Amino acid sequence: MKPSASRHSRQLSAAAVLFEFLGSMNLAITLLVAIAVASVVGTVLQQNQPYQDYLIKFGPFWFDVFKRLGLYNVYGSAWFMAILAFLVLSTSICILRHTPNMLREMRNYRLNVQRRSLASFHLRREWETTMPAAEVQRLLGGWLSARGYRYRTREAEDQRVMAAMKGRFSKLGYFFTHIAIVVICVGALFDGNLPLRLREAAGKLKPETRDLPAAEVPAISRLPVDNPSFRGSVSIPEGSSANVVFLRLREGYLVQPLPFTVEVKDFRIEHYATGQPKSFESDLVIRDPQREAPLERTIAVNHPLIYRGYAIYQSSFSDGGSGLHIAAWPLRPAAGEAQRIEGKVFENSTLQTAQGPMTLEFTDFRLFNINPVPDREGHRRHKNFGPSFSFKLRNATGQAREYENYMSPVEFQGRRYVLTGMRTSPAEPFRYLHIPVDDRGSVQRFLRFNAMLYDGERVRKAAEDATDRSFERLGVNRPEVRGDVVRSMQRLVERFRTGGFGAVAALVDERVPADQREQVTEAYIKVLRTILGELYLELLDTEGVHTGQGAGDAERLFLRDAVAAIDALGAYGSPFYLQLTGYDFVQASGLEITRAPGKNVVYFGFALLTVGVFLMFYVSSRRMWFWIERRNGVTRVLAAGMGSRHPHDFEREFSLLSERLGQHWKVLEGG
Amino acid sequence: MSVTPQDLLKGLEKPPLWKTLGVFDVLWALLVLAGAVFSWLRYGASMDDYEAAILLASGLALIALGWAWKPLRVLTLMVAALSLFAIWRYGDSLKLADSDFFLRFLVSGQSAVMWMSALFIAATAAYFIALFMRSEFIGRVAAAMTWSAVAMGLTGLMVRWRESYLMGSDIGHIPVSNLYEVFILFSLLTALIYLYYEGRYRTRALGGFVLLVISAAVTFLLWYAWSRGADRIQPLVPALQSYWMKIHVPANFIGYGAFALAAMVGVAWLVRDRAVRRHPHGFIASRLPEAGELDDLMYKAVALGFAFFTVATILGALWAAEAWGGYWSWDPKETWALIVWLNYAAWLHMRLTRGWRGAPMAWWAVIGLFVTLFAFLGVNMFLSGLHSYGEL
Ligand code: HEM
Repeated sequence: MKPSASRHSRQLSAAAVLFEFLGSMNLAITLLVAIAVASVVGTVLQQNQPYQDYLIKFGPFWFDVFKRLGLYNVYGSAWFMAILAFLVLSTSICILRHTPNMLREMRNYRLNVQRRSLASFHLRREWETTMPAAEVQRLLGGWLSARGYRYRTREAEDQRVMAAMKGRFSKLGYFFTHIAIVVICVGALFDGNLPLRLREAAGKLKPETRDLPAAEVPAISRLPVDNPSFRGSVSIPEGSSANVVFLRLREGYLVQPLPFTVEVKDFRIEHYATGQPKSFESDLVIRDPQREAPLERTIAVNHPLIYRGYAIYQSSFSDGGSGLHIAAWPLRPAAGEAQRIEGKVFENSTLQTAQGPMTLEFTDFRLFNINPVPDREGHRRHKNFGPSFSFKLRNATGQAREYENYMSPVEFQGRRYVLTGMRTSPAEPFRYLHIPVDDRGSVQRFLRFNAMLYDGERVRKAAEDATDRSFERLGVNRPEVRGDVVRSMQRLVERFRTGGFGAVAALVDERVPADQREQVTEAYIKVLRTILGELYLELLDTEGVHTGQGAGDAERLFLRDAVAAIDALGAYGSPFYLQLTGYDFVQASGLEITRAPGKNVVYFGFALLTVGVFLMFYVSSRRMWFWIERRNGVTRVLAAGMGSRHPHDFEREFSLLSERLGQHWKVLEGG
Repeated sequence: MSVTPQDLLKGLEKPPLWKTLGVFDVLWALLVLAGAVFSWLRYGASMDDYEAAILLASGLALIALGWAWKPLRVLTLMVAALSLFAIWRYGDSLKLADSDFFLRFLVSGQSAVMWMSALFIAATAAYFIALFMRSEFIGRVAAAMTWSAVAMGLTGLMVRWRESYLMGSDIGHIPVSNLYEVFILFSLLTALIYLYYEGRYRTRALGGFVLLVISAAVTFLLWYAWSRGADRIQPLVPALQSYWMKIHVPANFIGYGAFALAAMVGVAWLVRDRAVRRHPHGFIASRLPEAGELDDLMYKAVALGFAFFTVATILGALWAAEAWGGYWSWDPKETWALIVWLNYAAWLHMRLTRGWRGAPMAWWAVIGLFVTLFAFLGVNMFLSGLHSYGEL
């Protein structure tokens, strides 16, 4: 043989081996399992979060490893795509390999079967009868038809073969199911982000990471209007319109222009009597150069608008730049009147503080806050906490804390508070400061009480009164220490108002030997509470609250809450309390706009898959043969058969037949 | 020869279904149609076209099911009678739930579910007693209790449906909208699928095994109701207000129920296998169906589950396309549905093309149930996503 020919044949066989491998069951199962495992990873690790979050979670080393592996966007990663591609390839080859055979099988009754091979079937039986062969044939033929088989007969002089089958469309089920997998994957490929990634890989596209108005985004981050498939979102304030959507891509976004403009005329949330949301709806106006008149439609969750192949969904809502009227009350030092601030959500203001100006960034306003609260039996109930707004307070060095303030008081265990939440990073939950409100639901009493702690004159007087009273009670008369005692009381108040009880404890730690600290702290706090009580009574007095018999329960509890709140002010961190005094509510409707030309292909695949699966499982394909021989006035009948999908059911059918025949005919051993 | 060839094989034919129908079958069809027409006349005004189509399709499916599986008809009639009785007792006021004797102790949504729970747990015990004592009679009692549990559970769901409308016409919805409700559905469907095969295979030996899963579900249900007040009817969040929910969720739970059945048959297979190896003629070996039969049943259950799970996932994709703007978003719940599906696809391939049988398939079916359980519960507990369905 010539060497070239031999190389040729070796090449051929290599291709055949590859073909064999790609269409093999082992590969298919491996791929199925691989997709399942990759999918698990994608659900356990939250996908497409900001890189910053992953960095915090995993540390720089693993962050980088996972990033290289594409674990932050598993389903869009090259290796996942590759597995899917292999699955499609493998399934296609599998279909190519099996289908011709199966189609042939469907039509082939296998009439020219050998007796020898029938005799080796697992399910077979043989009888002898005097019944003439033609009659046996008619009898069995009748039975076959009555059981839903189709059959063919081959007759020779002294032998007849009947070959029957049923449920041959079961094989079509295989074809439908597997071609459906290919169809669905291909259709989904149109709609997935593969084209986008290809364009990105070619350097024609780069996500924008800066926060720019859509019009200023450079061309490299813009997609063409006629881009056939995308899935983007846009938030449109009531009364405004947009003609682009944004596609999130890793750390940035892309701008997708639309051939029409969408205006949100109105956005509505309806609520059930219990307060939970019942519906989200937007009234849209579509303005399209191709149309004479604008198109007006209302969309809602589960009721999108399909316009020119673009589907417009109600997907979320947010604030659309509500106006906020705010009174900023100084907390530390707590003197003076409120600063009045007019703000707008998504805009910034300035807050003048003792440490210089701070930037106030308004981030959100919410009209309703439906929160779960436990009821008396401990079950969760939903309750509306009323309007709230959120903001960040940034100091000169650029550090910010985030706050969330509620407008109206909320009741807990019979007492009412306004809530203001604080956190230092978005990863934390808010911690809430509970500021007690007075009988009129106002924070004024608390603010005044807090301000009294900064009124040196008043604190001194209260300290003197307390000192005198306790000297009197103890029968002490030492004017030379009175001044010291009063001053140390003042110092206690100073410590407390800036750092709470923690600062008082620190004071003790500085000055007192360890073994006496506990005792001294206790004494200090008792003294402190006396002065605070003294100041509080004075406050009630100026408010005209009658305290002749001592303060009432409500007043006492208020004091306790107020002291607790002041104790927490140190951690609260803001030198002001921002009270929302009014608002002009503007909402924005979050729309998702998509174009998915592959959708119909995918749906066609779904239909194939459904039909295929049911055909495959519920049309059971069976084959039977009867070999009938006439010799010496005796008819010998050999029956054999197989049922591919539900062998047990077939066995039952077969044994019912053979039992009955066995009652009348002689059963041949070994048959 | 004493018989003619025509008589020889008499009774072995398998005529098409419509040829076998008798008077009762026709009556059954008429009755179901009358029920559907009545519902349409009465509530048609508040149905959209899709819902009318679902009503029609459910009616036709019920007729066909009743023809193919006769005991279902008795069940349906019982459930209808009990539900109508409860609806009649309620009249227009939900307040009667606590004061009316029948509602309070028998057929209010919550009481019926309690009856269901008690009956399922009792039936589990009875099936095992029947197995150990080899008592045909106790076996029949166990089956009767299971049927009654299904009847009470279905009644509970029907009445709950009505109760939700009594709470307010905008609150009313089909009770397949949260974890509490679907646990009831899961118990019912698993039991029904089991009862079907109990009839087909003429054995009650597997009842205890299958009802163990149901008892576990019922235990969870009771804990969930008592500790979290989950039995309270809640209005639907906007995302769930869709006719898709009416078909997507039940299809899913036929899948889950069938997978649960497959897993428990797998357990029975493994128990039997172990017993046979120790005592080939022992007690368990003689009472459980033979291995081949268990294997076959396991395959049928996985196939049924796979078929309905395929449909359910497709329906979910169609719904997602309407609610979220894309038929596939790799949301954790979706993704786990895919994982479950791929897992059983691999199972089926191993069996069919590799001829795997017995122990590996039984173990795999049991593991499959855990994967399914994660898709059904774990995702809600541990992963966050778009699905606004039953947080724990
Ligand atoms: C996601 C991918 C696939 C799915 C969901 C799938 C699904 C199925 C199902 C449900 C069955 C019926 C099993 C039964 O009746 O017990 C089946 C059978 C089969 N599958 Fe797949 N399959 C997939 C991929 C493949 C691939 C890649 C191959 C080729 C290597 C393959 C080859 C076969 C064969 C040969 C049968 C037996 C058909 C018969 O004899 O009737 N499948 N498949």
